[in-house]
Amino acid sequence: MYDFEIERPGSVADAVKALGQEEAQALSGGQTLIPTLKARLAMPSVLVSLAGIDEMKGVEMRDGALWIGGGTTHATVMREAADAYPGLASLAARIGDPAVRNRGTIGGSLANNDPSACYPAAVLASGATVQTDRREIAADDYFDGMFATALEEGEIVTGVRFPIPQAAHYEKFIQPASRFPLVAAFVARFEGGVRVAITGASNDGVFRWSEAEAALNDRFAAGALDGLTLDGGDMISDLHGSGAYRAHLCGVMTRRAVQAIG
Amino acid sequence: MTQVKMTVNGKAASGEVEGRTLLVHFLRDDLELTGTHVGCDTSQCGACVVHVNGNAVKACTMFAVEADGAEVETIEGQAAEDGTLNTIQQAFQDHHGLQCGFCTPGMVMSAAALLKDNPKPSEAEVRHYLDGNICRCTGYHNIVKAIMAASGQDVSALAAE
Repeated sequence: MYDFEIERPGSVADAVKALGQEEAQALSGGQTLIPTLKARLAMPSVLVSLAGIDEMKGVEMRDGALWIGGGTTHATVMREAADAYPGLASLAARIGDPAVRNRGTIGGSLANNDPSACYPAAVLASGATVQTDRREIAADDYFDGMFATALEEGEIVTGVRFPIPQAAHYEKFIQPASRFPLVAAFVARFEGGVRVAITGASNDGVFRWSEAEAALNDRFAAGALDGLTLDGGDMISDLHGSGAYRAHLCGVMTRRAVQAIG
Repeated sequence: MTQVKMTVNGKAASGEVEGRTLLVHFLRDDLELTGTHVGCDTSQCGACVVHVNGNAVKACTMFAVEADGAEVETIEGQAAEDGTLNTIQQAFQDHHGLQCGFCTPGMVMSAAALLKDNPKPSEAEVRHYLDGNICRCTGYHNIVKAIMAASGQDVSALAAE
């Protein structure tokens, strides 16, 4: 790693100020950023640790929605969201491994927006709202392609507000070495309609599969998806699987998620 | 350089570290607690698992500065002062839960974290919990068996695979 200083502000306001420095970079759980720094793929002069900011931690019901602080670890979401939003808690319980879940945070995952990350699928399928130090961003406006988001320079994800669906399920086809999904589908059924988000598949990162949503709104059954296909030409193609294979998996994962909801 | 202070295995520890100093390097190089191993250095293998404030973490993927003020437990703190192994360590010995021993510190620390949350895990739960700990010798079977035995469960029915 190149050398850098670490600052540890105790409030969002101080963190925003610290991030205003030249070549400053926010550090949350570090489970992606630290390996990135080791590979010398980033060269910040200052890391601003968000771990000591209590106002960014917690899982609680607020006005009928589930609020999760941006600095909340996957392990905490796994435990504390289990009653309010079991589909989301189940997703958190399957990220990485136990030691990674004790460090990695939802805010870090969303700010990074890895095209194969788990949380973006839940946020998009739930129609959640991403809260930052300066505004609120609807999930449909937040994700902006591979490793790209609507966040501005130095903007911090302070929390996420999840509307709670009637039922939801995250179906993950795991890539066992990385523990990321090769492809995963999050299906959320609300009174107003079904939302389907796919991660791990597209070159543009997480996306809503609108044809599947329309079919499931007509009839909520795995069979409603028969005949629906996605174009493998737009999908990630690598040594783990071709674009066509990933396109196929999108259908399989979505059908299994629908079956799990019942 | 930054001054850090933490409690390691119940004793006060402190030192001067760079921002980029990983917790595992502070433990090994500054405190000379070399039981915590660096296997892959890419957060895959789990040989570096320690407990920070009671939670299992990969010490190769956390900065020493981030552990300032924390309670850290490493493999060196597991046995009694006179060298008597704790229940998990003894079970690893009794059930041949290691061969070369490189992954063992991380396995024992992960097992300790599991049994704290889940005192009687099923075999499937043990295997799932060890997702982040890689062993290249044993094929895991005896490690799982040792952890089941350490939890006080009968392992005589666990056939070798």
